Amino acid sequence: MPRDNSIKKVLVIGSGPIVIGQACEFDYSGAQACKVLMEEGIKVVLINSNPATIMTDPDMADRTYIEPITPEMVEKVIIEERPDAVLPTLGGQTALNTALTLAENGVFEKYGVRMIGADRETIERAENREQFKAIVEKAGLGVAKSFIAHNMDDAVKARDEVGFPAIIRPSFTLGGSGGNIAYNNDEYERFVEWGLSLSPMSEVLIEESILGWKEYELEVMRDKADNVVIVCPIENLDPMGIHTGDSVTVAPAQTLTDKEYQVLRDASIDIMRLVGVETGGSNVQFAVCPKTGRVIVIEMNPRVSRSSALASKATGFPIAKIATKLAIGYTLDEIPNDITRKTYACFEPSIDYCVVKWPRFTFEKFPNTDPTLGIQMRSVGEAMSIGRTFKEAFNKAIRSLEIGRDSLSNQYIDANITDVDLMEKLRQHLWDRLWYVAEALRRGISVAKIYQLSAIDPWYLHNLREIVQMEAELIKNIDNIDVDLMRKAKQYGFADSYLAKLANMTESDFRAKRKSMGIIASFKRVDTCAGEFEAFTPYLYSSYDQECEAERTDRRKIMILGGGPNRIGQGIEFDYCCVHASFAMEEIDVESIMVNCNPETVSTDYDTSDKLYFEPLAFEDVMSIIDKEKPDGVIVQFGGQTPLKLAQALEEAGVTIIGTSPDSIDRAEDRERFRLLLNKLELQQPYSGTTMDFAGALSMAKKIGYPVLVRPSFVLGGRAMNVVYDDANLERCVAQAIEASPDHPVLIDKFLAGATELDVDAVCDGHEVVIGGVLEHIEEAGIHSGDSACSLPPVTLSDDILKEVKRQTKLLAMELKVLGLINIQYAVLDGEVYIIEVNPRASRTVPFVSKVIGVPLAKIAAKIMAGKTLKELNFTKEVIPKHIAVKEAVFPFIKFPGVDTTLGPEMLSTGEVMGLSTDFGIAFAKSQIAAGSKLPPEKGTVFISIKDLDKKSAMEVAMPLHKMGYKLVATGGTCDAIRGIGVPVDYVKKVADGRPNVVDKIINGDIDFVINTTVGAKAIKDSFSIRRSALDNGVPYVTTFEAAKAMVKAMQSLQTQGMSVKPLQLYNRSSK
Amino acid sequence: MKAVLLLEDGTVFHGRGFGAEGFKCGEAVFNTSMTGYQEILTDPSYNEQIITMTYPLIGNYGINEGDIESRGIFASGFVVREYCDYPSNFQSQQTLGKYLKDNNIIGIDSIDTRALTRHIRDKGAMRAIIASGDEQLLSIDNLKNELAKYPGLEGRDIVKDISIKTAQPFGNHSQDKEFKVAAFDFGIKTNILRMLDAAGCNVTIFPADTNAQTILDGGFDGVFLSNGPGDPEPLTYAIVTIKELLGKIPVFGICLGHQLLSLAMGGSAYKLKFGHRGGNQPVQNLKTKKVEITSQNHGFCVNLEALDKNKVELTHVNLNDNTLEGIRCKNVPAFSVQYHPESSPGPHDSAYLFDEFTNMMNDFKKV
Repeated sequence: MPRDNSIKKVLVIGSGPIVIGQACEFDYSGAQACKVLMEEGIKVVLINSNPATIMTDPDMADRTYIEPITPEMVEKVIIEERPDAVLPTLGGQTALNTALTLAENGVFEKYGVRMIGADRETIERAENREQFKAIVEKAGLGVAKSFIAHNMDDAVKARDEVGFPAIIRPSFTLGGSGGNIAYNNDEYERFVEWGLSLSPMSEVLIEESILGWKEYELEVMRDKADNVVIVCPIENLDPMGIHTGDSVTVAPAQTLTDKEYQVLRDASIDIMRLVGVETGGSNVQFAVCPKTGRVIVIEMNPRVSRSSALASKATGFPIAKIATKLAIGYTLDEIPNDITRKTYACFEPSIDYCVVKWPRFTFEKFPNTDPTLGIQMRSVGEAMSIGRTFKEAFNKAIRSLEIGRDSLSNQYIDANITDVDLMEKLRQHLWDRLWYVAEALRRGISVAKIYQLSAIDPWYLHNLREIVQMEAELIKNIDNIDVDLMRKAKQYGFADSYLAKLANMTESDFRAKRKSMGIIASFKRVDTCAGEFEAFTPYLYSSYDQECEAERTDRRKIMILGGGPNRIGQGIEFDYCCVHASFAMEEIDVESIMVNCNPETVSTDYDTSDKLYFEPLAFEDVMSIIDKEKPDGVIVQFGGQTPLKLAQALEEAGVTIIGTSPDSIDRAEDRERFRLLLNKLELQQPYSGTTMDFAGALSMAKKIGYPVLVRPSFVLGGRAMNVVYDDANLERCVAQAIEASPDHPVLIDKFLAGATELDVDAVCDGHEVVIGGVLEHIEEAGIHSGDSACSLPPVTLSDDILKEVKRQTKLLAMELKVLGLINIQYAVLDGEVYIIEVNPRASRTVPFVSKVIGVPLAKIAAKIMAGKTLKELNFTKEVIPKHIAVKEAVFPFIKFPGVDTTLGPEMLSTGEVMGLSTDFGIAFAKSQIAAGSKLPPEKGTVFISIKDLDKKSAMEVAMPLHKMGYKLVATGGTCDAIRGIGVPVDYVKKVADGRPNVVDKIINGDIDFVINTTVGAKAIKDSFSIRRSALDNGVPYVTTFEAAKAMVKAMQSLQTQGMSVKPLQLYNRSSK
Repeated sequence: MKAVLLLEDGTVFHGRGFGAEGFKCGEAVFNTSMTGYQEILTDPSYNEQIITMTYPLIGNYGINEGDIESRGIFASGFVVREYCDYPSNFQSQQTLGKYLKDNNIIGIDSIDTRALTRHIRDKGAMRAIIASGDEQLLSIDNLKNELAKYPGLEGRDIVKDISIKTAQPFGNHSQDKEFKVAAFDFGIKTNILRMLDAAGCNVTIFPADTNAQTILDGGFDGVFLSNGPGDPEPLTYAIVTIKELLGKIPVFGICLGHQLLSLAMGGSAYKLKFGHRGGNQPVQNLKTKKVEITSQNHGFCVNLEALDKNKVELTHVNLNDNTLEGIRCKNVPAFSVQYHPESSPGPHDSAYLFDEFTNMMNDFKKV
């Protein structure tokens, strides 16, 4: 069945910012979709609020609307563009929910837009619990006993049926938001209430518990001709009860007989048909009782998902790409398999290796939250590894995670833990549970006992037991290790770094020894067909098997090191830069070799680079590839801190690092050398010093005066960075900094209270520097740059200041002989410019700036690294946009009950959005809507409680709010301050002052907007419940005065003009 | 225990033995199914073959009674990347290693099965010897000598030895079942019998060399031609029998049965370079245009060109290499497929063929 030629223009809906449960897998799928449609000559209209993605690059679509993904805005885009069809299945739950609302409101019908991939009825059948249950039963299978509740009365009835423990899941939320397990009545009522408030339809599902069952996911594809194939079965190492996104998962399924597997396969196909997914990819989740084999269907997603990205990378079968082709009318048997070239997409991949996916958590950033894993997803990223055996893939996955661990060794846990405590640890589902499992195995606790406690299938436990046994053998024989043992250790996936520690050698010495024994990595291809057909796509992984399938070419080649798993502080922005480096190499006819281990990303798509090595970003794994490929140069500056950390070791091993030299990077990173650098250039920084201990910190704080900024060196994302106002907190924060980066000095800086912070991105070819953009932070200095909203171009700074900032940027770039990108953070206070930090590498803001100015900075930088000049690349003049772009950060607070929502120097956001307009207020408003914050309603009550420092400026927000007709309420001091400027305001009690207080009012719905700025540990603690209740009750809130001012501007703009939409391509054209 | 796999072109793979000790010759082939090692091992079509599983982790769910496809193992050896001695599945009754040992089958693990697979893919399925035991036994010279004596599969009848010796009924025959079917055992898989039974057939299994008259005298409604190992051409007795049966009784064939039907219709067979063995082969039904994901296991294939299109209609084709996967006779009630609609292991997409067979018997009854 050939393509449907009536489809000439398609609207693709993206997934918006990176949040927990919806990450860069949708950039991967969305980018593939856009690419396929463009190749087919179909006009592509894209809406996505996330500027950090590849898919929102202006050449990925004909019209790119970087606008909030709301039904209202999508409707505006439809009116503007009048597409023939909308593709809602590649942008996660966000796209699906938005499309569903538009369908229900009759918008698609009104404008003659067809839904392709999945229509309204299909989405409803899959998402509506009752309809879905009926479908599963029709397919001859069961679901867990379950009941829908819309209120507490329903819920009480349901409880009597399902008993405890009971699972409570709100309907229509992402990543299981609000899902909980209740073991008693108190918990039950609490969780039901919370779930009802989170569900957009006030609906929760109460389910019988199937905790401890085995969990599976099957990825299914169907075409118009009703051909259905399964791409991959995925088995969870962790039992039911831990969200699959937080589980270690394995592909293919390991512990099912063929007959059991075929039951799941048949059911997936039946469900696909009954739900009515006409074309595209879906996933079906199952639970299997380990004792009886009873199968229960958990859910079905009628769209591509995180696991379809994983399945695509795990098999080489590009689900999103094929789903898009199916959506425009092709059938599976018409679509060629890119990898084999000779066969078609209508088959089921067979894999001849084992894949392990391991989630990456950031509980260290949320110390007040319970780190036990449950049915609500909380991981922020994942690493995938491929090995010939589970053991090899598992050990590779540990080092892919980059959590400072290279093995299951007990050095990472309290090795003196008592057996009793150890058993208790096994019962809890902690993120680091597998280290406790290994310790239990080490102590000879039986697999049966560990299974009983952890519910991890014995097959995995036995594999871990073999790893632990090998560990013992290695400890015993490491000094006279022979070839056989060495090979076996490497086949088990043991890291060189771990073995070197055992042998008391440096890693590079150990590596040399291993190589001298002839034990070197061989590379195998991922080919979808287990070797049955020749593979033409060099998508490779390492093993220590006999045959190597990597083939070196004679072309000039550059290797790009990726960023590894997403985490807070290092996310999709860096993948964006790596992908651009790869595109740049293609444009200048250089072979690109990508190394990365993040299955969600565009960089690990097999057709992004000439060669893809799906490998950990550890020294040994990177060196093995370098030994094989002998690249002419390696780019380490695009993947964030991950590859940068390797730079020195690589250089020492004789590898050519291209771009800015590691020595220059060190000059910027090393505090002492940095100070000398600034002195030489006669530039100033806030008074700062370094210390190794608390005593040093104390005397330094005395000298420079509080507040001071305390931070560790060599970390990203502001890990353990704090603003400190007194001695008591200084001690705590210095201790944290030492823990976050031991052996490195702690930095103590004067904190410039009230300063305006700036981020400047520039490119330099060693001769010339061109400014990419100057971003003005909306929040004042002290809030991590990744967490601040910012505006490009700046809105409050004078031309003189901007000129000075640009001068300093150029000076620094030239002095550091930057080849490529440089990012500098400045603080401006009372007309003085201070340098906060200099990063001669790709920064988080590169994709944002590139989109705003319409120039692909990362691509240009990569070409400079490969030897081009700015002149040759025709980028010699700064582009000053005529529009205003506001970047806003997106936070995961809702997933972490009990966590405060104030911002500080430690980065907490998972993603970002962009608001575009010619008016600052509108751009800011768009950024807030896109970030998922509700804007204050047009009329209502605003609560204000601000810190003393802000009180003198209270007028700047109180007056305009009053003029716009809002009623104001405030607590003590703030109330007095507002009255003092003659604005009417009502008094309300603080929480500490008794009741009824402001929190009561928030919960009762009497407050429509919260402005709450605080300072100091005590005040922050006292006002915590205000911010948290605002968050939990969906009341818009701001926690900095600058954000309050920006919000007021937005409210003013919205009252005078509406929001309109305009594609990036048009904004960019008018800037040039 | 050390073990060796030696191929006829001299390529040697060293590994670790599990299962039985000794040596045995056969044809080295690979199977790309990720599950179903037990069904594969007990499929008689693997008679005289050394099976390499491309999926590296084998033995994970052990061995259970329900997944056995015949009365034993007919393969010559079993080659895997990593054998698992600690199965985890509620149905498991014993380990794969013990099962191989009890059936006197040699297993090897710790070899680069992907390298072996690619070798077979590029050079073709070839004769090989598998050996597990002491140094003397593993001497390459010795093994070469033994391998030299092995004739390979082409031109040989390796069905007769494994077929049952006397006719016997399958399962419990009952009045409720509508059809009486005679199944030729060329190496039949139990799941075919189960599926015929489930489709309402009282099935009687006959030895491969049973003559046509015996069948025609038995009052059957249909004849089933089973799967089986090796080259179809030497099975002249079966081809003669089928020729005699055609037109007199509906016939359904699977795998070797399909090849024999084709030969009886005047076709010919040839040896594929490395065969089709796995559970992911796409086959298009030319009538409905729909694609079935099929389970396959065959080294020989019917020559498309040699069939008389006036007598035979092509019904199914393999989308990977366009080889013939199914035929239907135009003038007599008979059809067959090269692949395995009974799956076991593999997808269930083609189970409808058993209904087509009963429909054919029904239609024939009416006439």
